[in-house]
Amino acid sequence: MIAFIVLLALLLLATFGLGYTAPLFAALFPGLDNPVYRQDGFPALLLGHVEIVAAASSIAVILGVATGIAVTRPAGREFRGLLETVAATGQAFPPVAVLALAVPAMGFGAEPAIVALALYGLLPVVQNTIAGLENTPADARIAAAGMGMTPAQILLQVELPLAAPVILTGIRLSVVIGIGTAAIASTVGARTLGLPIIVGLNGSNIAYVLQGATLVALLAVTLDQGFDALTVGLTRWRSAT
Amino acid sequence: MITLDHVTRRYQGFSALEDVTLTVADGEILVLIGASGSGKSTLLQLINRLQDPSSGTVRVDGEDIAGIAPEQLRRRMGYVIQGGGLFPHWTVARNIATVPRLLGWDRARIDARVTELLDLLRLDATRLRNAYPHMLSGGQQQRVGVARALAAGPSILLMDEPFGALDPVTRAELQAEIRRIHTETGCTIVFVTHDMDEALGLATRIAVIDRGRLVQLGTPLELLTRPATDQVAHFIGTTDRGLKLLAVQRVGDRVRPGETTPGEPVSAEISLSSALSAMVTRSQDRLPVSDPAGAPLGTIHLADLLGP
Repeated sequence: MIAFIVLLALLLLATFGLGYTAPLFAALFPGLDNPVYRQDGFPALLLGHVEIVAAASSIAVILGVATGIAVTRPAGREFRGLLETVAATGQAFPPVAVLALAVPAMGFGAEPAIVALALYGLLPVVQNTIAGLENTPADARIAAAGMGMTPAQILLQVELPLAAPVILTGIRLSVVIGIGTAAIASTVGARTLGLPIIVGLNGSNIAYVLQGATLVALLAVTLDQGFDALTVGLTRWRSAT
Repeated sequence: MITLDHVTRRYQGFSALEDVTLTVADGEILVLIGASGSGKSTLLQLINRLQDPSSGTVRVDGEDIAGIAPEQLRRRMGYVIQGGGLFPHWTVARNIATVPRLLGWDRARIDARVTELLDLLRLDATRLRNAYPHMLSGGQQQRVGVARALAAGPSILLMDEPFGALDPVTRAELQAEIRRIHTETGCTIVFVTHDMDEALGLATRIAVIDRGRLVQLGTPLELLTRPATDQVAHFIGTTDRGLKLLAVQRVGDRVRPGETTPGEPVSAEISLSSALSAMVTRSQDRLPVSDPAGAPLGTIHLADLLGP
């Protein structure tokens, strides 16, 4: 929890402070005319980045958890193989290729980026939802049924709470991958922290690349620690003595 | 009263239970005994509809349970499984409160009932109420499992090899608890085990299941004296059958009234095997017998152990 708060503070400091670091980057990279990226403000880029990842991850999580639950129910069991294949295919496609295919269909902007990221992030969520639900103790499930819980009550009160740490690990992986991959979405006109990186690469401005990459990395580590704190909170019962 | 009427249960052509007819009387402990895979757990699960019969009917108090929603039926019965089957993410109190919560009891009533059950199962309420299952010993977990099953005051308690994973000492303690709780609540118990000693010690009647068929149904004494088939005889065991026979009969049934013998009297309630043990340790062939209150009843001789 403390690590998350410190990292969040650091991320906000970097986002709002980078605009004032021109002397530092001028000293580090004396050959550059513009040592700090100024086309868009870093706060706006961070917001754009978070929005795209949030939208894509929400789709991946809702779709992934829902289908993962569906294929571990008696009625959906035979679709499990199919779902895992579809999700694995989604991740096997390079996001750049999905972007290239999505643009003609959806135009430039955030939408094709969200679709590509959601597809890309589906697999870890699906896999961990299935694994988490299947590894809940069988005797707890039998006891729950034997006590007279309905299938919905067993799912919500027993299976999901017990599977939560594993499912959360999948979501965490999906989100962190999404943060890194969302940088590429700037190639199709989405405003993300990838923009300074791409502009920097095109214009041989290493300072821009460094600034974009630092914020992307900080954002990823911050959210990773946020999930860590959430997991600890959800599994507090395990460490009770 | 639970009645199974020509009940058969098949899975994909394999017959787990074949044409079983039996009645469990109110207030009795019926022990289902058999080897693993014999169908004894299947029979138990047919009573709370964790499984449904392929043919035949199961009735509880005369009502065909096929017409009762499984969840409603199960909330009326206690169910205990091996290891307790506790929910690891819930405290002891929350585990015990499972069925009362499903039934929508108010909080005060649930809290009072949890305290009552912790006391009934001799669990330290102040220390264990808010503990999680992993913090308890195997025996304590199983006690919580029994408390949870009794929470809503069911008239029927189904127990599926509940003490199978416990050490012999803890197991004997819990068997004694079940006898005590049975006496206190008067509920009907159907108890599955593969341990003949456990069956002989607990049962009002024993049903021996072999490869899906009911091969014998009778009191412990009937099973020991008149095993219906070689398998039943084999299951009882050949070497210590005599000792088991002594274990299921009481001194009070064989006492010679009025005859006095010097020495420390034994209670008429103890088993004949305990009386034999006392004779051997005291090197005496007769013991004075008293009633549970301590008043002298008579004498039991070594020869009386052989038969009335």
